[in-house]
Amino acid sequence: MKRLPSVDVVIIGGGWTGLLMAKELGLRTPLSVVVLERGEKPRSMAALAEGMDELDYFSRTRAQQDCSQETVTLRHNPGESALPIRQLVSFLPGTGVGGSGEHWGAAYPRLQHDMFEMYSRTVERYGVEKLPEGHAIQDWGITWSEIEPYYARMEKLVGVCGKAGNLQGRIIEGGDPFEGPRSTEYPMPPGKTAYICTLFHDAAKGLGYHPFPTSSAINTVAFKNSEGIVRPSCFYCGYCGFYGCMVGAKAHPSNTLLPIIRKQKSVSIRTGSTVRRILRDTSTNSRAKNGKVRGVTYIDATGEEVFQPADLVFLCSWTFDNTRLLLLSGLGDPYDPTMGKGTLGRNLTHQVQVSAQGFFDKPFNRFMGGGTTGTRISDFEGDVFDHSTLDFIRGGSMSGLAGGAQPITAFGVVPLSVKKRWGSEWKKAAIEYYDRVGGAGFTGEHIAYKSNFMDLDPVYKDRFGDPLVRLTIDWNDNERKMVDYMIPKVVELTRAMGAKEIVPPAQVGRYTTTRYQTTHVQGGAIMAGSPDKGVLNPYWQHWQYPNLFVLGASAFPQQGSANPTSTILALTQRTADAVVDRYLKEPGSLV
Amino acid sequence: MKRRQFLVLTGASIGGTIVYSLDRRLSLLSAQEKPQTIRIPLRFLTENEALSLTAAVGRIFPSDESGPGAKEAGVTIFIDRQLAGPWGRDAHRYTHGPFNENAPPEFGYQGKATPREIYRAGLKELAGFDQLTPEEQDKKLEQIEKTPFFALLHKNTIEGMFCDPLHGGNVDMVGWQLVGFPGPRMSYAEDVDKHFGEAFRPKPMSLSELLPGRKLHPSEEGQ
Repeated sequence: MKRLPSVDVVIIGGGWTGLLMAKELGLRTPLSVVVLERGEKPRSMAALAEGMDELDYFSRTRAQQDCSQETVTLRHNPGESALPIRQLVSFLPGTGVGGSGEHWGAAYPRLQHDMFEMYSRTVERYGVEKLPEGHAIQDWGITWSEIEPYYARMEKLVGVCGKAGNLQGRIIEGGDPFEGPRSTEYPMPPGKTAYICTLFHDAAKGLGYHPFPTSSAINTVAFKNSEGIVRPSCFYCGYCGFYGCMVGAKAHPSNTLLPIIRKQKSVSIRTGSTVRRILRDTSTNSRAKNGKVRGVTYIDATGEEVFQPADLVFLCSWTFDNTRLLLLSGLGDPYDPTMGKGTLGRNLTHQVQVSAQGFFDKPFNRFMGGGTTGTRISDFEGDVFDHSTLDFIRGGSMSGLAGGAQPITAFGVVPLSVKKRWGSEWKKAAIEYYDRVGGAGFTGEHIAYKSNFMDLDPVYKDRFGDPLVRLTIDWNDNERKMVDYMIPKVVELTRAMGAKEIVPPAQVGRYTTTRYQTTHVQGGAIMAGSPDKGVLNPYWQHWQYPNLFVLGASAFPQQGSANPTSTILALTQRTADAVVDRYLKEPGSLV
Repeated sequence: MKRRQFLVLTGASIGGTIVYSLDRRLSLLSAQEKPQTIRIPLRFLTENEALSLTAAVGRIFPSDESGPGAKEAGVTIFIDRQLAGPWGRDAHRYTHGPFNENAPPEFGYQGKATPREIYRAGLKELAGFDQLTPEEQDKKLEQIEKTPFFALLHKNTIEGMFCDPLHGGNVDMVGWQLVGFPGPRMSYAEDVDKHFGEAFRPKPMSLSELLPGRKLHPSEEGQ
């Protein structure tokens, strides 16, 4: 195998985390940095405009991971044979420079402030017996006050709009009164309010809740970020989530981080480069916490497999490949659910999402909007409401969103009275209600269970013959009971919005790959305050290999109801600071 | 080499509407005028398959008093191009075995057959479908309602109704006009917080109108 000249740093994956780390190292250190990205260079703004094509970019997922190259397998429990997810539907990871950050919806809420100590807080308030059977809930090893400054800093870099509800402990009317105390107001005001958002706002207010505008990483005014990059305000074109922003109002890694990276001669990005292994330095002893990795092997753009030596490796792919590459490379102790041993692969979580479909008299013009146009309530978030008499823990947010609807996806929703899904009666009803369907949605936490985890699939392989990662995942009673509790509330909100007829959300059944849920999948290589509970320490540094960092939502011990990117970026920045300020001066464990 | 097949339609058979030919030239056909025919070259389907398919998608999304349907939108042409392109041969699906055709629905389609194979077999079952009465056609479709073929047919019919005209369906944006969707437009900054409770219906615009002179690359023409 060809051995390339050594570099100081290899970053695996050129999405939000990889490029943020590359930018920080490029700006703040003289280190030579190579980013290895399996996909292509980012699409130009002109190409993104050509991408305003629902068939190609939503139905055919043209900008997302190509399943013919690599996918994951799924089973609900160890008694079932796993099958490959042959076409991605329920989650849509990206590929190419910018990764999923090029097609995200850009929702940018922070996590609930008690999420980071969920185990301790729950036990403290309700006792240990309140924790659901089979749970794997644990604290993150950091607290709100440690992460808050990083949330604030990243909001100024990424460019985030919203309305504070808790400024240094002072509750602000019109914001989220249940959020953790913020050090600063959002850098930009909330976006414009679409019709459905006003209906949700008024309905929520009437029911005694506390509505507030959603926060998102989309400009609502022309905005100059903390690095001096200027991007324009949103045009509310409706092609937001699943599409790239063709005017640059939505933050992408390619329009927020790449312009800075391109000026750094010490950083290079190699596209078409698929990493197969991270190599261990066998002369070191991982048991004694001083193991070492020495670089990576990858298939380059010409198809040749090469060895790239490096002193420091950042694994920044996505939740699945972060865990998979560690498993394939033998870096960590694979999780064994029957013995409860090992940490690598544990705490796989997704996210609960259900919506009511209300049928209204008046049209919404729902082709307009985007990631900024939404109204939320946190009244049923986390532990905001008392669970003493309830048979579940935690909760989630409710919202009325105008994200921009396109007809291949949106056509065909009809009242329950219409039984057929084709033919004249269905067509007539679907046309009649096309622009008059809407309602409140619920996005809920998915707590970690011992039974939900990742390992290597024994049967199915990728194009190089390497095992795919296998997801063992199902919904459990806590999600079922939580959603059963939320359904009447979502229906009540939808009715208060003015719906004449409502199809309530379905109850939680078996985990399915056939319906888009969210692209928020977490866990596998989780952070923890001690090495027996997670692969990483709270600086996202491998407990056994201090020159290996693993960045991304793969480090989340469990999922909050909030979209993960704000937390991913905050903790990546925290890692970057620790590496630059401490690790480079004295390489070794940061804790 | 396979002899090139054409879908031959008479003006009367499609009720006086507009169809898109493969070179994206609009042809206006009117039932009122003297009968004329149009020959649309097919990329994957045979003429007989195309006729059965046209009849089938016409029952799923009929042309009736609530507006034009799959026939006017050119859904057959859309599906023919999709099948001829990379999607038709599963270029981006994970196609390694073993396959489990009897997998529970949560796993999605787990079969080995590609869309091309599914359509070829499904349309064989529907041979002569265009000769049946509408009632007989519906009965036949009800019999296959649970099959992967019907699932694809249904999904592709909706796609062909509402895709950008670039892909051969939604001819003259008839699908978009049916539901009041204006297509890709650059800005609603002045409208998003107005028109509350009232239908705001800008004139639809296709991608090639939005980006005049730009060479577009629909996925069906790629690898």
